[in-house]
Amino acid sequence: MGRLNRFRLGKDGRREQASLSRRGFLVTSLGAGVMFGFARPSSANQIFPLDRSLPGDGAFEPTIWCSIAPDGEITVNIIRAEMGQHIGTALARIIADEMEADWSKVRINYVDTDPKWGLMVTGGSWSVWMTWDVFRQAGAATRTAMVEEGARLLGTTPDKCTVANSIVSAGGKQISFGDIVAKGHPSHSFTPEEMAKLPLKPASERRLIGNAELKALDIPAKTNGTAIYGIDAKVEGMLYARPKMPPTRYGSKVRSVDDTDAKKIKGYVRYLLIEDPSEVVQGWVVVLAESYSAAIRATDALKVDWTPGETIHTSERDIQDRGRELISNKEGGVYIFNDDGVDQAFSSAHTVMEQEYTCASVLHYQLEPTNALAFEKDGVYEIHAGNQWQSLILPTLAKSLQVPESKVILRSYLLGGGFGRRLNGDYMIPAALASKALGGKPVKLILTRSDDMQFDSFRSPSVQRVRMAFDSSDKITSMDYQAAAGWPTGVMAEAFMEKGVDGKPYDQFAIAGGDHWYEVGAFRVRALRNDLAEKTFRPGWLRSVSPGWTSWGVECFLDEVAHRQKKDPAQFRLELLTAQGRNKGQAPDSVGGALRQAAVVRRLMEKVNWGKTTLPKDTAMGLATTAGQERGMPTWIGCVAQVHVDRSTGVVTCQKLTIVVDAGTVVDPDGAKAQTEGAALWGLSMALFENTEIVNGMPVDRNLNTYTPLRIADTPEMDIEFLPSTEKPMGLGEPGTTVVGPAIGNAIFNAVGVRLRHMPVRPADVLRGLQNS
Amino acid sequence: MTTFRLNGREVTVDVPGDTPLLWVIRDEVGLTGTKFGCGIGMCGACTIHIGGRATRSCVTPISAAEGADITTIEGIDPEGNHPVQQVWREIQVPQCGYCQSGQIMQAISLLKDYPSPTDEEIDAVMAGSLCRCMTYIRIREAIKKAAATARGDASNG
Repeated sequence: MGRLNRFRLGKDGRREQASLSRRGFLVTSLGAGVMFGFARPSSANQIFPLDRSLPGDGAFEPTIWCSIAPDGEITVNIIRAEMGQHIGTALARIIADEMEADWSKVRINYVDTDPKWGLMVTGGSWSVWMTWDVFRQAGAATRTAMVEEGARLLGTTPDKCTVANSIVSAGGKQISFGDIVAKGHPSHSFTPEEMAKLPLKPASERRLIGNAELKALDIPAKTNGTAIYGIDAKVEGMLYARPKMPPTRYGSKVRSVDDTDAKKIKGYVRYLLIEDPSEVVQGWVVVLAESYSAAIRATDALKVDWTPGETIHTSERDIQDRGRELISNKEGGVYIFNDDGVDQAFSSAHTVMEQEYTCASVLHYQLEPTNALAFEKDGVYEIHAGNQWQSLILPTLAKSLQVPESKVILRSYLLGGGFGRRLNGDYMIPAALASKALGGKPVKLILTRSDDMQFDSFRSPSVQRVRMAFDSSDKITSMDYQAAAGWPTGVMAEAFMEKGVDGKPYDQFAIAGGDHWYEVGAFRVRALRNDLAEKTFRPGWLRSVSPGWTSWGVECFLDEVAHRQKKDPAQFRLELLTAQGRNKGQAPDSVGGALRQAAVVRRLMEKVNWGKTTLPKDTAMGLATTAGQERGMPTWIGCVAQVHVDRSTGVVTCQKLTIVVDAGTVVDPDGAKAQTEGAALWGLSMALFENTEIVNGMPVDRNLNTYTPLRIADTPEMDIEFLPSTEKPMGLGEPGTTVVGPAIGNAIFNAVGVRLRHMPVRPADVLRGLQNS
Repeated sequence: MTTFRLNGREVTVDVPGDTPLLWVIRDEVGLTGTKFGCGIGMCGACTIHIGGRATRSCVTPISAAEGADITTIEGIDPEGNHPVQQVWREIQVPQCGYCQSGQIMQAISLLKDYPSPTDEEIDAVMAGSLCRCMTYIRIREAIKKAAATARGDASNG
């Protein structure tokens, strides 16, 4: 591209030779110790800590999950995306603990796509929960193989050996794992069936799981500029690209393109019309240039005339009204629970209480805008990008490129934030198709922030209708919970939908949380799919997914019932968390059931001195509790928010969040706390600070000038406690998000008597409530 | 042609004068520790030091960098062991890490102006640096700890 010629080393006035490679030049000019974001060679994955090298020849690989090199280095293969959870470190602890490894020899290897890894997805707070059994077994297999061969080398039998810190010992002699691999011939590889039968360590003997002293292996690189994210990937000779976005997500057709003004931008190369056989990307135009800043300006200068899709005038209000219409219709939808006696309980009820709760559209605003680098090499398309669900997008990319899946490989990078945005890999498609159009030439496509927000796969707006029936003694006889929203799983991963009690498929990520663990008599839960939402945008999974909004309806409603019955809201919940019937829980994931949620609420009450604390005027606490993400893997959590309401402005200030969690075994205590801090502040941000609105078929906000997520000054004091447990570990990336919104809503009511039923809480709504009260 | 000092070395580039410094640093020079977030100077991910002052490189045109002394995250310490980087690792501040170069550059600048910052001063100066993982509690703690360490060093030395 001739850009080398634009460089000059000024140190001694000598012009750098144009023949030097760019990389070579930079090393000379900037000195050693500088890392470059050049794309990795095909054989090299992302390894942490960064100063470790690739495994050498002769490494022993007892399972696909780890290997031991002759120098004792232990490499753990990680198929989950690193997006801030330090997931590689957490998972490596599990395998290394069971293996009795020397932690200082452990490195983590973020792998590229390969069918041998099985389902590659990072979301739902699943990673530890999904990997726990597999990695403990793989660790036990490795330990078994090391002891067998170590015993042979020491001239004894495995039963006479002990093993700790990568050393096998027997009768005063010892040998390290590295020497076993270097000097011996460990050959015992294990099938999954054999692994499942191996003995596992009891919880009392764990040294790495639950150890609060260990540091995350990926953190040093994130403090010195050497961490490489998708946006940092480069290859020689690549062109930069930016898409020109059509006026609607679907159905826009290009009528004409005029690049007269774009041609005036230095570095502009050309534009391409993207035709995507998978139909995920519709009506996009991609602008190519020699630098990204030229691509930004040329895209601005390019004039494209589109025939817009049919949703060009759709508004947030239209979508919510469609949700209300769906709920009002007795036909349609899917029943998740539909106990006998619901209709009868309501028709014979002494009283019925009904409320509607709404939540706004919310954007991901992951800080690294979506991007991908794509090129073809030896007939294989390589896509370099950060992504959360490689197994989902890979077949789509193959369809877009019209090649077999075996001809597409995704190379993994760090994610500059996931939060569910990168579960949808749509952003890779225009990069791949642009590269294909140029004969496989490397194309680095980056969305600017406004491009990224306009075509975010955002959280659908939602409507919940919650009803309860009571008998003459105010006892709850039935509950009817209904919710309407766009279904992300329905749109993007239909095969992953669950089946309702009526046998129909539904999106568990658009209703979970409505299926709570309270005892409420005959219980009905119905999920409605908002078709207008799905025509207008591509609904996405956003941190905590549906429990991030269903909990607003369920937990605010429960508070309303408690207040009407003149009961303490916390005590009222305890009365309903009795672990009967379906709420008993089952091994191994929900042992103890609702009683564990009750224990969390009790500890929370104790911590905040619930009901016994005198606070200043217009200041109060509110409580909410959930089972985290999904009934199948409950993380029991409760939150008390303390807020102050300014009666003159309607501004709500959150002063403190107290959170108690029972997530089973906590593998990484500091990481667990960090995830809960971040998740809870997401909850606070969505309760008080951020939302968008669909105007003319698109989210109206395009950058931080109008989109206002929580900042440091809005951060309250936080007190987070994990209840001790040796049960199977559940997830922690999202549960913290679910409880904060309703805790705030309930605290506002306790402070000033105003009940808000729309999230986020806006000062104008508070003022209106104050005027009406 | 624009010539400036970057991490102690002189660099000359030939790009249009209105090219944002961010893209010169990332794509022309090849230092990728400085990040692109919002492009309008409101997230802080692109924060660098110009003449020792925290500056948003995404809204600084290269023409304004002529003769300037510029430092990026890669240049604050040859071994990556600036006291603020050390405390960042000790307290395990980063999550995804994407904003953290900018946070660290802003924090170093803050500590020059306020060697013993209060919560209010931290909030006011760091308010321009968005962390979407919301590591704010730890950022506050790390800045205070770095300040305490620096004061300790001064009294001992």
